Amino acid sequence: MSNSMTGAKMVVQALIDQGVDTVFGYPGGAVLPIYDEIFQQNHIQHVLVRHEQGAVHAAEGYARSTGKPGVALVTSGPGATNAVTGLTDALMDSIPIIVLTGQVPTFMIGSDAFQEADTVGITRPCTKHNWLVKDTDALSKTLHEAFHVAMSGRPGPVLVDIPKDVQFATGTYQPAKPQASHYQPQVKGDIESITELAKAIETAKRPIFYTGGGVINSGPQASQLLRELVAATGFPVTSTLMGLGAYPASGEAWLGMLGMHGLYEANMSMHDCDLMINIGARFDDRITGTVEHFSPNSKKAHIDIDASSINKVIRVDIPIVGDVAHVLEDLLKVWKSRGRKTDAEGVAKWWKQINEWRAVDCLAFKQTGPNIRPQHAMARLEALTKGHDRYICTEVGQHQMWAAQYLGFEDPNRWMTSGGLGTMGYGHPASIGVQMAHRDALVINVAGEASWLMNMQELGTAIQYRLPVKQFILNNERLGMVRQWQELLHGERYSQSWSEALPDFVKLAEAFGAKGIQCSDPADLDDAIMEMINHDGPVVFDCLVEKHENCFPMIPSGKPHNEMLLANAKTQGAITGTGAVLV
Amino acid sequence: MSALNIKKGSTSHSAYNLRPNYSDTEERHTLAVIVENEPGVLARVIGLFSGRGYNIESLTVAEIDHEGHRSRITIVTSGTPQVIAQITAQLGRIVSVHNVYDLTVEGASVERELALFKVSGKGNDRIEAIRLADIFRANVVDSTLESFIFEITGTPEKIDAFADLMRPLGLEEVARTGVAALSRGAHALP
Repeated sequence: MSNSMTGAKMVVQALIDQGVDTVFGYPGGAVLPIYDEIFQQNHIQHVLVRHEQGAVHAAEGYARSTGKPGVALVTSGPGATNAVTGLTDALMDSIPIIVLTGQVPTFMIGSDAFQEADTVGITRPCTKHNWLVKDTDALSKTLHEAFHVAMSGRPGPVLVDIPKDVQFATGTYQPAKPQASHYQPQVKGDIESITELAKAIETAKRPIFYTGGGVINSGPQASQLLRELVAATGFPVTSTLMGLGAYPASGEAWLGMLGMHGLYEANMSMHDCDLMINIGARFDDRITGTVEHFSPNSKKAHIDIDASSINKVIRVDIPIVGDVAHVLEDLLKVWKSRGRKTDAEGVAKWWKQINEWRAVDCLAFKQTGPNIRPQHAMARLEALTKGHDRYICTEVGQHQMWAAQYLGFEDPNRWMTSGGLGTMGYGHPASIGVQMAHRDALVINVAGEASWLMNMQELGTAIQYRLPVKQFILNNERLGMVRQWQELLHGERYSQSWSEALPDFVKLAEAFGAKGIQCSDPADLDDAIMEMINHDGPVVFDCLVEKHENCFPMIPSGKPHNEMLLANAKTQGAITGTGAVLV
Repeated sequence: MSALNIKKGSTSHSAYNLRPNYSDTEERHTLAVIVENEPGVLARVIGLFSGRGYNIESLTVAEIDHEGHRSRITIVTSGTPQVIAQITAQLGRIVSVHNVYDLTVEGASVERELALFKVSGKGNDRIEAIRLADIFRANVVDSTLESFIFEITGTPEKIDAFADLMRPLGLEEVARTGVAALSRGAHALP
């Protein structure tokens, strides 16, 4: 094979060499040469989205459900600016994606040409790294480097901006050489610190594992090692929203999710523990609540591949910079070689305390009245889809928290949600990316009606590619989380937080060629969910739920973990003082 | 402790400072940042400081190794020890940054800045200006019958002191390069 080819062909060749099978994109003037090459090959399937934001979220969904990098291809100017939300989302959640953008030809850059935008300038703060390629000979090397950077260390989004003349010109293609990059983040943890942690494990009386998305990003082996570590020590484990599935929800040591809408037992354990072992989480403000009151009496260990995460928010006693799987492997080795000791008596007492908190049964609810309660909808969805090869996406808001609380995740890479950025409109395109990677799986996007409308155009994509994604919309005709905060913080003045002039979702689905189901009676819910599961094609499920339901438990902002609001709590004046300025 | 050398008591710097301060003492640190000499690298470094709300007191940048595509950025910044540790770690994760050295932490270092001063005046002021320039070992690099341009090299404090003295004598304009710094001794940064 000759190594001389056009820049456009190099793009396709590099994607093939990197093992890419699917690209999500939208054509335009500045990427036409690349689209021409895509037309003339059969290795890569291109998925035509309906909006560039959808392409990036779909690539994220693909990446999160497979552990492989996701790829999006968009044009210059508006194509690139529409990709910005997805890039920021991927940066916050450390998702490896490669976004390729077309650019006006090099000789027109800076002239305010048609569909010109300073793409690398705009995306510099929302990518892990980005490149503008001005020479066709440098293109293949840059593309391989882009994959390397996206996947190495703390994963993240990268962008390669390719001017149209660079796509047309001929240059020399160079195959991938991963060792060529100077970017080689440290993966092995410092053994002294790991030994210090092993010693702390031996003497802890009230330990807890606090795990995050880093466990998922580290690969399936990391989840396996976590399970081994939890089983061997008998310590309780909780997880952030991002880390659900790393430890199975059915596992004995599972306390459920922690944080603002986390479980009572998880948050109380975090507050009262004497040894906190943070594995691949970043002490996000949704987790810590007020920093002054965060787990005041614990020794804290923090395993993170990103040195800047350590001591950023919470001062830790045992910092370990490294990849979760590598560090856990070493930790297990060290701890076992020292005699695999724990303070069994102390830990048993700790479990007794935890079980008292568990008995509060903070997620309990009663399905009463004529309307479906959203918790009930989630519980039934869980019961009826549990045995399936299932992937769950969500949008952002109350429904997202209910999904995290009531759905159980047994394995990593099964849960796709916008954690850090909180992007409404994420779930629908993400579900398309997931279904592209797992054609026979049951892919459900748990949505709110307002979030779903933000990227509902992607239903066209689902129809075109015969992707049987299920859009399960908890429709309360409200921006539920906004409404809840207005109830808590703004004297029940519900400013702009109801969804007026909503479409008829069944007719909307049918207009796209999908199936629409509406359900409002609790008695019909199971049958309706079964109908959704059994339909071979995309479904929009309009689940009309109780309109003024609040999402509990909740740590009001400005309050510590042990001052949670439980169901039916008095909400007036729950947030005061400095808490009110926090989001 | 790990090789990271993260100080105890570190926390975050935030624009919304609701977080506890483990140490309130603001320190002035000089950082040497070795970067890949490529387009946009300075924007990445500056964007980090503006985006996360850190201070820049002075910043200088120039290529130091043409063959190896390396530039050296010298940044003088201030903040609590926790903030300084965050700045160092955040700089370190930029893909085009090869190494970050906190010269203030790593031992004694030499800091120099170059400045040009335009001073205009007549009679005694003019004589006094050139007398002081001599004391400060400043060179005259341009001269007319009514003005001088002095070139002075030294620590930022020395240049500040010279500026204070020139001000009443007819200081018109100043250009400063910002600080360049190297650690003392035979040992070179890797």
